[in-house]
Amino acid sequence: MEQLVSALLIMIIGVLACAAYFYASNWLLDVLFPSKNKPADIVAKNIHITNTVRPWLFIGPALIALTFYLIYPVIESIRLSFLGRAGEEFVGFDNYAWLFSSDTFYQSFKNNMLWLIVVPTASTFFGLIIATMTDKIWWGNIAKSLIFMPMAISFIGASVIWKFIYDFRSGDDAQIGLLNAIVVFFGGEPQAWITVPFWNNLFLMIILIWIQTGFAMVILSAALRGIPSETIEAAVLDGANSIQIFFKIMVPQIWGTIAVVWTTITILVLKVFDIVLAMTNGQWGTQVLANEMFDWMFRGGGDFGRGAVVAIVIMVLVIPIMVWNIKDVNKEMEGR
Amino acid sequence: MMAVSSSRSSLMWVVHITVFILVVMWTVPTAGLFISSIRDKDQLSVSGWWTALSVSEQRLVARSEHPDKQVFSSDGRYEIRGNILEHQDSSITKFGSSSLRPDEFDVGVVAQLKGGKTLQVLENGDYIYSSPEQWKGKRGKRIFYTANIPPRFTLDNYREVLTSEGLAKSFINSLAVTIPATIIPILMAAFAAYALAWMKFPGRALIIAAVVGLLVVPLQMSLIPLLKTYNLIGEFFGVGSKGYIGIWLAHTGFGLPLAIYLLRNYIAGLPGEIIESARVDGANDFEIFSKIILPLSFPALASFAIFQFLWVWNDLLIAMVFLGNNEEQLVLTGRLRELLGSRGGNWEILTASAFVTIIIPLCVFFGLQRYLVRGLLSGSVK
Amino acid sequence: MADLKLTNVSKRYSNNVEVMRDINLDIKQGEFIVFVGPSGCGKSTLLRMISGLEDISGGTLEIDGEVVNDIPPALRGIAMVFQSYALYPHMTVYDNMAFSLRIAKLDQETIDHYVRKAADMLQLTEYLDRLPKALSGGQRQRVAIGRAIVRKPKVFLFDEPLSNLDAALRVATRMEIANLKESMPDSTMIYVTHDQVEAMTLADRIVLLSAGNIEQVGTPLELYSLPRNVFVAQFIGSPAMNILPATIYACGETTKVNVAGQTNITLPIKTDAGEKNKTAQFGIRPEDLQVSENGDYVISGNIEFVESLGESTLLYIKADGCSDLVTCKLQGILKFKKGDDVKLSASPEKMHLFDANGMNYREV
Ligand SMILES: Nc1ncnc2c1ncn2[C@@H]1O[C@H](COP(=O)(O)OP(=O)(O)OP(=O)(O)O)[C@@H](O)[C@H]1O
Ligand SMILES: [Mg+2]
Repeated sequence: MEQLVSALLIMIIGVLACAAYFYASNWLLDVLFPSKNKPADIVAKNIHITNTVRPWLFIGPALIALTFYLIYPVIESIRLSFLGRAGEEFVGFDNYAWLFSSDTFYQSFKNNMLWLIVVPTASTFFGLIIATMTDKIWWGNIAKSLIFMPMAISFIGASVIWKFIYDFRSGDDAQIGLLNAIVVFFGGEPQAWITVPFWNNLFLMIILIWIQTGFAMVILSAALRGIPSETIEAAVLDGANSIQIFFKIMVPQIWGTIAVVWTTITILVLKVFDIVLAMTNGQWGTQVLANEMFDWMFRGGGDFGRGAVVAIVIMVLVIPIMVWNIKDVNKEMEGR
Repeated sequence: MMAVSSSRSSLMWVVHITVFILVVMWTVPTAGLFISSIRDKDQLSVSGWWTALSVSEQRLVARSEHPDKQVFSSDGRYEIRGNILEHQDSSITKFGSSSLRPDEFDVGVVAQLKGGKTLQVLENGDYIYSSPEQWKGKRGKRIFYTANIPPRFTLDNYREVLTSEGLAKSFINSLAVTIPATIIPILMAAFAAYALAWMKFPGRALIIAAVVGLLVVPLQMSLIPLLKTYNLIGEFFGVGSKGYIGIWLAHTGFGLPLAIYLLRNYIAGLPGEIIESARVDGANDFEIFSKIILPLSFPALASFAIFQFLWVWNDLLIAMVFLGNNEEQLVLTGRLRELLGSRGGNWEILTASAFVTIIIPLCVFFGLQRYLVRGLLSGSVK
Repeated sequence: MADLKLTNVSKRYSNNVEVMRDINLDIKQGEFIVFVGPSGCGKSTLLRMISGLEDISGGTLEIDGEVVNDIPPALRGIAMVFQSYALYPHMTVYDNMAFSLRIAKLDQETIDHYVRKAADMLQLTEYLDRLPKALSGGQRQRVAIGRAIVRKPKVFLFDEPLSNLDAALRVATRMEIANLKESMPDSTMIYVTHDQVEAMTLADRIVLLSAGNIEQVGTPLELYSLPRNVFVAQFIGSPAMNILPATIYACGETTKVNVAGQTNITLPIKTDAGEKNKTAQFGIRPEDLQVSENGDYVISGNIEFVESLGESTLLYIKADGCSDLVTCKLQGILKFKKGDDVKLSASPEKMHLFDANGMNYREV
């Protein structure tokens, strides 16, 4: 109870402080440079000043936060990647040399690539299939809602859910993990799935696919509904069957959206960390870059230099997407 | 849309069935978690949750009453009487007196044991242990039995995780982290988005491009430098480097690019004449923002609020790095991870804890799905 | 309450294209001025410069003798009515009208008084508690006007306020605006439209713009009967004035021209001797042409097609020597058919003569 009250108090103070900044700074500006009941030349000057200052009052906090939390760290990480464990002595390219000779790095990189290929593809694929089918049935919205639901579940929560499914009991004990129960039911041999090399990667990916399919589905479903129905009707009149209509008429018209969904999930996959941490912590050949970085950062005393190098690898992987996005938005802005 | 024919209606059946199977595949994992979390912990550990509604056969062991309670019966034997069942709804089928042969005797039979002792266990759990000599020893004798136990549901697991496992405390921590970390970035982003959409100042295009670029920067990049800076700041002010303000601001920084991007798209789409009209009416930018833009942007603000709420609530990484792992500050996700390590085999704890962590997001999700979908669409569909 | 004076006003956007050049304009207090011109000519830009929503790149704008180039919109004493009405969708009609007064921090009583008076005047009293989305287009338009009225501005600015209304409502609202003007004889109004009927019926004076320049300023009838150049002549009046090729062969107090190689005409227009043998442009409005009765004619040709509108009949005539069809508007229902030959005459006072650059030979 006491804890609840203090939590409540600190929340209110935090939010109010932020709101107060905006209110007070604008109020101060208007008081310092009033634009009412003054001679015209002073008004003109004051208006000019307030118009110059006010955008920065508005955007200032966001700009500072972005700089401090995202821009500065990127630069600092690059600097740290040339420094040693504690981030003090300059070691040149040693960290990079270590990186490229490290087996665990290769393994993480390979696994990450596997994630990058499998998860976005599978999620987009399932999303598209489900979006198409649910649009045709009367209870489609309920179905969509249920498939979308895992979106709301944390990676760690999802990990518990799936760890329970992959649970393994040795000996003759009844299997309480669903997967092994099914395997046993069909006469198979139960397994500790998350320790089976290589395949365990897929078992972890299923979790993310389970979460992300709903996202792909919602967006693709909106895109599908945006397709002008005349094009489909025309194809029907031309004698195309459902499959042909789907692949030759509908899919080509939503390529743009498919690409957006695909890249969004790709970015997410690059940062995937919680699932691996919770399920295997990188054991049994499931390490990925994000978790490896975390390892270097916090375990065994920490090696900031090596951690930074791994972070930079992740950054390099997203740069193409970043450039593409910026180009896109610039094109849009020119149209205005 | 298309003409209905018989081949089409059979195709529709395929669609119905496929979608049904997919829906089952997507919901069963969560359903399993929930069902398990309300099962009795003894049942949970020996049978799959899908059997939760059927009667389960369990091999159990109990101890008889303490030898103190023995009575000297009329036929000259020393007897201990009592009932071995905890719950009266189960029924015993077999019993035995040694761990080697726990199901040696059928229920109701008077079992002849060595030394002239006899043991009789009835279906309802009543037993009579009798011996020609006086019972000795400090503890009761073990009785092995096999019982049919009906399905049993309980909230005990929740009671346990909320109190002794400290989940209640973590729940409040999660709220204290999440609510400000949702509102503060919205406030900042809304102001910034308005400035980027409707105010003229040098460098505007550059800032917009930067925001779009930062949209994809992996936050792993930020952890090491920020951690170092936080430590410095903490030292400088002589306070701990881990606290609420630090994590609020961290979530704010990481959430801002998406927030600014989404809100700017929305606010830039508002009709310009309304804003000009307000300007002619004498409103300055602050008044335009607070009296016109904020009320009109409600749908966009709501969508982003839901995103940010889910994201912060579900976040593990930032909480681990910026909030520390001590008992007092642990948030739900962190607590769940801790339990996964320390109580890895206790599924009654894990399932109940996991459900506690996901219940709020699920409520938010089902309650405000409309806004969530709208936000997703405005962010991604070009 | 206010005179407006624009001196050498120009506008340049960031892409350095000059969209307005050297605009000079004097507007007297209480005048109803209409800006017309083809789409993209800069009407809105000029209006928005007057309102202060758009910066003035060059020249000065004075209101009541005071230069207001740097004064923000709210302090210029203007009110603006937008094409889309720009009502605040989340506020009731009352709040919409009260908004500017609240910003100005007037007391509640005064605000209420002004709002109710304006609502009364515009028959909006029963809608005061509604949101804009629950109003019809015409009602929304009236709210927008009401919002302007409550501020008691010196100058009203309207940017195509009727173009979102259907035809019938447009006529009704046009009259309402005319009434409004009458009830506020001291306010200056500037009104942008591309509908020339609105311009002709509402304006005290019309400012005709084209490609960032003022082509002509004058009363509606001046623009109709004495257009300064071919552009004005063709823009005002519907169907547009016919322009036929002509050659001047005698100058003096009257001018003799040959029209399209067909006929020789004497016009009551004075020209200098130097104009002799120059090519010119002969203008005649479709409604000023008649079917020739006595054999004299201006132009003759073969009917290409006929449009019967009931009250009038339009003939489109292919005439020798003219590249464009000649339009002729005759009163009543007439039995012409395609292929008929017709000869058309007109009275010399109604004829116009422009030089090769399009300027009117008559003194404007
Ligand atoms: N922000 C801008 N940047 C560059 N050029 C602009 C801008 N706004 C308008 N223009 C140009 O200025 C010219 C005048 O535009 P304006 O809107 O004033 O035309 P208008 O006469 O109101 O036309 P309409 O009848 O279609 O409303 C146009 O050629 C237009 O392309
Ligand atoms: Mg315009």
